Amino acid sequence: MLISRKKFLKISGGAVAGVALSNMWLPRLLKAASVKNGKGRLPIIWFQGQACSGCAVSLLNTEYPGIDEVLIEVITLDYQPTVMAGTGDAALDVIRRMIKDEKGQYILAVDGSIPVDADGEYCTVGEIDEKPITCLEWIREIGNNALAVVSVGSCASWGGIPAATPNPTGAAPTTDIIKDKPVINIPGCPPHPDWMVGTLVHVLKYGIPKLDELGRPVMFFGSDKLIHDNCELRKYFDEGKFAKDFGDEGCLYELGCKGPVAHCDVSIRGWNSGVSWCNRAGGPCIGCTEPFFPGATGSGLYEKLPAVQVPGLANINANANTVGIALGGATAAAIGAHAIARAVTSKKNKGKKESEKVEEKEGK
Amino acid sequence: MARTITVDPLTRIEGHLKIKVEVENGIVVDAFSAGEMFRGWEIILKGRSPLDAPAITQRICGVCPQVHGTASVLCLDDALGVNPPANGRVIRNLMLGANFIQSHILHFYHLSALDFVDITAILSYSGADPKLLQIKNWVQADLDSGEASAGAPFLPRYEGDYIEDHETNIQSIANYVKALEIRRKAQEMLCIWGGKMPHVQTLFPGGVSVRPTVDKIAAFKSRLAELQSFTDNVYIPNVLAVAKAYPDWFGIGGGVGNFMSYGGFRLDNENKEVLMAPGIYIEGKLADFDSGKITEHVKYSKFSSGSVLHPSEGETVPDARKSGAYSWIKSPRYNNKVVEVGPLARTFIAYLKDSNSDLKSMVDSVLADLGAGPEALISTLGRHAARALECKIVADNMQKWADELIPGEPVHSEFDIPSSSAGMGLTAGPRGELGHWINIENKKIANYQAVVPTTWNGGPRDDNGNMGPFEQALIGTPVADPENPIEIGRVIRSFDPCLACAIHIVDNGKEISKFKINI
Repeated sequence: MLISRKKFLKISGGAVAGVALSNMWLPRLLKAASVKNGKGRLPIIWFQGQACSGCAVSLLNTEYPGIDEVLIEVITLDYQPTVMAGTGDAALDVIRRMIKDEKGQYILAVDGSIPVDADGEYCTVGEIDEKPITCLEWIREIGNNALAVVSVGSCASWGGIPAATPNPTGAAPTTDIIKDKPVINIPGCPPHPDWMVGTLVHVLKYGIPKLDELGRPVMFFGSDKLIHDNCELRKYFDEGKFAKDFGDEGCLYELGCKGPVAHCDVSIRGWNSGVSWCNRAGGPCIGCTEPFFPGATGSGLYEKLPAVQVPGLANINANANTVGIALGGATAAAIGAHAIARAVTSKKNKGKKESEKVEEKEGK
Repeated sequence: MARTITVDPLTRIEGHLKIKVEVENGIVVDAFSAGEMFRGWEIILKGRSPLDAPAITQRICGVCPQVHGTASVLCLDDALGVNPPANGRVIRNLMLGANFIQSHILHFYHLSALDFVDITAILSYSGADPKLLQIKNWVQADLDSGEASAGAPFLPRYEGDYIEDHETNIQSIANYVKALEIRRKAQEMLCIWGGKMPHVQTLFPGGVSVRPTVDKIAAFKSRLAELQSFTDNVYIPNVLAVAKAYPDWFGIGGGVGNFMSYGGFRLDNENKEVLMAPGIYIEGKLADFDSGKITEHVKYSKFSSGSVLHPSEGETVPDARKSGAYSWIKSPRYNNKVVEVGPLARTFIAYLKDSNSDLKSMVDSVLADLGAGPEALISTLGRHAARALECKIVADNMQKWADELIPGEPVHSEFDIPSSSAGMGLTAGPRGELGHWINIENKKIANYQAVVPTTWNGGPRDDNGNMGPFEQALIGTPVADPENPIEIGRVIRSFDPCLACAIHIVDNGKEISKFKINI
């Protein structure tokens, strides 16, 4: 199942959320991948912080491969509180054993943000001598002994809704807690199951995938995956036909669509076995894969993106391909910088570092 | 001598729950239910556009987002004075119903079954089903290799009195695997109308954004038919088979025996007729439900704000270190009485009111099959049975509702956001009754509150010292082996807890900063 080291080195060329993928990781990664008796499954501790379990439910929605195949062939799901049989100490003992016996050989997957205010007491799991153990302590301990970390969903990747203004609990993304391990961000609220399974299979077979500046696999979130560029309603934008009310036919820009600043491939892939996706169902994209999600207080999920110049276009019977690309491309960049800058300025400290990266990127 | 047993985390539920019990002579004599996580959702909602509420509140819970979405749009409809057209109302019901089915099936197979079914029976499987053989070989190879994590995530587990009948175990394991696929299809049904699941994208005050077309209707009904077949021929018989293996459990985990239903699934635009009857059953008396009698107690909750307040005027200031408090969950009460919510509560009230003849005859036939009276419903297994029957009622009705959709007719009514208003949205959800309340000032959210199913069921003691439904249900539960307290999970999981929902999301916002410790 494993590929040659040479091919591995060739493919896994990406930087990892600020931590360069140096050669020191590779032997350990390969060892981890083969640790399960040579069957090549990735051992996973899936730990929940301030989560809603939507990421885990989304993983269960994987169709090909089905979740049973994923469990048998891709990963060893040693700890996952929503599905595991073990409970109480029978569950936590699994983590304690792995930290000790499988140090540096497992992947920590985190869903949910991690509250750091009040010494982390806004989220506790288990206790020692009647003293609750904070999620913050667990993430540090498990993460620092892991081979690599996968932030599953926008809360773990950026802070998400718990970190939105005014961030009442000091909710932080995984990268604020784990500083010296490779971290792969798989954002989305929730992430598509194909992104989760695809990333894990890539790690298993080819190593850590190529990541963008925000630590996201480019194969799912790259610059060529802008929703607006791949939207099936794009023709309406190019024609200047805009929906004015929910349920209307037309481009959803006027209803607040964030497609021009949101990166992911659901507009091509579709949700839930490809049945539909947000804009197809008339629900404007809310940019749930981006660090600015869920936006700033006062602006709202459905506030129209500023500064898209469309007047007159509605009257132009233009070649959609040429006009659309020229206009759409330029406006997308402009409104992207504007919208993200606005979101960043009002987003509180936690998760800010990632947001700043976006700002810098867009400002270039 | 009393012995304290702490189960933390209680897994196979949504979220972070700790259960602590005192066991004396093998029987639980005291119990504490503690929610362990706080996010402050309402503080985040404050100042945002009311339009954001359906999307943001869905993200309280990824297992039952549609229920929050439904309560939220009903709340906004009320505040904005708008009514959805028939298509909009029906599509909302179809999404909510699909969420019921997926949640109920997920709950029985993937969250609860491992408390009863002996997963290791797969090792002695001798049949020819390729999937079961694959699983058998997988677990066997792991065990043979001496892997510490062999069989994860199904092992390790508490040891205990699992089902002994080989066929029941094997059939249940096969159904567990099939149910993974079935619940995925229920999510696809939601996606048809919602654009994605979890967290649909089409819910707005005044209706929905998705237009019904004949292909969507056909795709929905086709999947629904498959789910109906699974419910009728697999899920319900499987619940009964497990129930028959544990006759004692019709007498364990009953608890408070007071029940509440808000009423669920509006069948007309005037909200005169609903599928699930509203009502309140306290100390043996059935009465009409009155939302004005809801208050929330916080003496034992980690909030320093006022207690015994109606949700519309509720306040919450988190205090992680409040003396004597042991949970992040508040304790809602109806007329200061402890009440249980969920499928059992709704079924019990509908049965007493005789409001749904299909449901009544199904309950009677199940009770006849088990040789038990209606009182047996108030138990651990009664909750599972009620949930399975409710799954069928919802699924069967959805076939009729889908036929009411008219392609080309509107799905949404226009609305204006008033500068000042208030609203309330009440709905049934898979885990029980859910209420949202909103206050709008200057066209923004001034206050938003949710009182959710697991707040009702999983809260700590109230200001009068009365234990919550989880805690009361645990009292009297036998625990055969304190090192393997499998019975605790059986009782609590029968309620289908959702802790992410339950942690109170209300707050007055401003004062919270004084509790912050900057590190």
